[in-house]
Amino acid sequence: MNRINQKLREDKKLLSIYFTAGYPMLNDTATILEKLEESGVDMVEIGLPFSDPLADGPTIQESSTIALKNGMTTIKLFEQLKDIRKKVSIPLVIMGYFNPMMQYGVEAFCQKCEEIGIDGLIIPDLPVAEYDEHYRAIFEKHGLINVFLITPQTGEDRIRFIDSVSNGFIYMVSSASVTGSTSGFGNTQEDYFKRIASMNLKSPQIVGFGINNAETFTQATTTAKGAIIGSAFIKMITKDGISGIENFVQGIR
Amino acid sequence: MEYHVNEKGYYGDFGGAYIPEMLYPNVEELRSKYLDIMNEPSFKEEFDQLLKDYVGRPSPLYLAKRLSEKYKTKVYLKREDLNHTGAHKINNTIGQILVAKKLGKNRIIAETGAGQHGVATATVCALAGIQCIVYMGEIDIKRQAPNVARMKMLGAEVRPAKSGSKTLKDATNEAIRDWINNPVDTHYIIGSAIGPHPYPDMVTRFQSIISEEIKWQLKEHEGRENPDYIVACIGGGSNAAGTYYHFLDTPEVGIIAVEAAGKGVSSGKSAATSKLGKEGVIHGCKTLLMQSLDGQITEPYSISAGLDYPGVGPMHAHLARTGRAEFFSVTDDDAMTAGLELSQLEGIIPAIESSHALAIFNEKKFKPDDVVVISLSGRGDKDLNTYIDYFKL
Repeated sequence: MNRINQKLREDKKLLSIYFTAGYPMLNDTATILEKLEESGVDMVEIGLPFSDPLADGPTIQESSTIALKNGMTTIKLFEQLKDIRKKVSIPLVIMGYFNPMMQYGVEAFCQKCEEIGIDGLIIPDLPVAEYDEHYRAIFEKHGLINVFLITPQTGEDRIRFIDSVSNGFIYMVSSASVTGSTSGFGNTQEDYFKRIASMNLKSPQIVGFGINNAETFTQATTTAKGAIIGSAFIKMITKDGISGIENFVQGIR
Repeated sequence: MEYHVNEKGYYGDFGGAYIPEMLYPNVEELRSKYLDIMNEPSFKEEFDQLLKDYVGRPSPLYLAKRLSEKYKTKVYLKREDLNHTGAHKINNTIGQILVAKKLGKNRIIAETGAGQHGVATATVCALAGIQCIVYMGEIDIKRQAPNVARMKMLGAEVRPAKSGSKTLKDATNEAIRDWINNPVDTHYIIGSAIGPHPYPDMVTRFQSIISEEIKWQLKEHEGRENPDYIVACIGGGSNAAGTYYHFLDTPEVGIIAVEAAGKGVSSGKSAATSKLGKEGVIHGCKTLLMQSLDGQITEPYSISAGLDYPGVGPMHAHLARTGRAEFFSVTDDDAMTAGLELSQLEGIIPAIESSHALAIFNEKKFKPDDVVVISLSGRGDKDLNTYIDYFKL
């Protein structure tokens, strides 16, 4: 069974961390992953940086720009992750935009992920219908879980469709925003979380966008299976460096 | 061969809607309604009326006699430069502001490079009394101060795009992010024939008034609707799309696209996407795109801010791949010279974008009895400083 699905079966709320590969320094990737696992993180999204990250706010944009300046590329990331499964056993997801994957070759990209032991992909600008028609067979052949997003604006029929195409979890975007731009959850989010919970979807939901501390983590995971922290983690690592990881994670739960 | 968009939003291999889920409801709402809205009699009536009384259409089709003599062929200029606000851009913004009203939107966002689309958007927002926010690269804001002032005078807020390379592609990213953050009340007026489906088709249809008029105007001048060649410059490709539209399925009309070679196609400072681009995804569509081997989008260069875009509309990518259109690229120097030449032969100072189309005569020889229609997409007022610097005027 895919590591993501195993993890989703565990009887606990999952904490997932996003970081941009190649940031702050080009060769930090493996070290950050080890530290995250040691600190008790349940899953990691490794961001493959892109020059034009449409769905991301300033924090992740800036980290992507620096990572690219540092020399991060798709080939480089795969090199850095070559032996990662000797050291890290939690589920690993690559999150990136479609164009760099397309240029590497979708099939080659998926094959490489399988070789390394990547468990899933999140590609915000690859639409569900496009995936279903052209790429699903490739992903499944290489044992990869593709994770789709839903937002407060996503209609019920579409959520059901996304649920039917999903084979891991659904990435529940907390509010109408790009990454890193909300502060705290209000009634709107609570209603949305409850509405989704009451739909009894087959795929567990993990909430992302706007989670930056213990309070928002707890709010987000009241109904959902877990939560993803991205921008807040990148801000921390910018300030405190890799040595700040343990404290940060312990501060969340 | 099919040159129009299909049901799934593709032109051959190109197009589609590669958008984050956050944008799906907005884009889907537009996709499911744009054709119905555009076909409503009340919409058509208002659109036609505004094009006539406000924009000043039809724009003349002018037989450029001295230019024709010089190049020993018959050259007509489609005078989009005479439109209100000085370029073809307003055809699209008039259409989209009416669509936005039908959709009940009360906030408009737009991206702009040189500022022409920003001005055209600010203009129609003033006309409709709707709030307008224009994203513009921080670098472009400095380069295009008069257009920034125009937008402000028209009541728009100009927000600097400070991310990435701080130019048009980043302004587009910022506009898309704004739309993600404001999914309910906001309509995004994209200025070129790019973006997720249905934008390329919608923009093309609004701009197709250009070729619609060329057909009947040429009939009046020449007794025939179809020229031998139709020429337009291409950045994202909105004026080209409108200029070609009604000739796409008429194979006897040769379609010519002129891209910006910048300092030369192989110089590393160019915007000749059909030559330098590879299939990729930018701003929501699959198209030809200038990028690194690793799939990072690279920064194009042209002396013309309107042609300075790393991609090209998906329809044009399809026209290039199928060979329906012949693509040429023209350097900064050749374009500037062609702009000066038109000024002195015909008394018309063209926008530098349009000067690229005019430089076609360096690239291709036409027969004496050919009828060649060139889209003069904009006027040169906005480019005066560039002309002054270049020619030491």
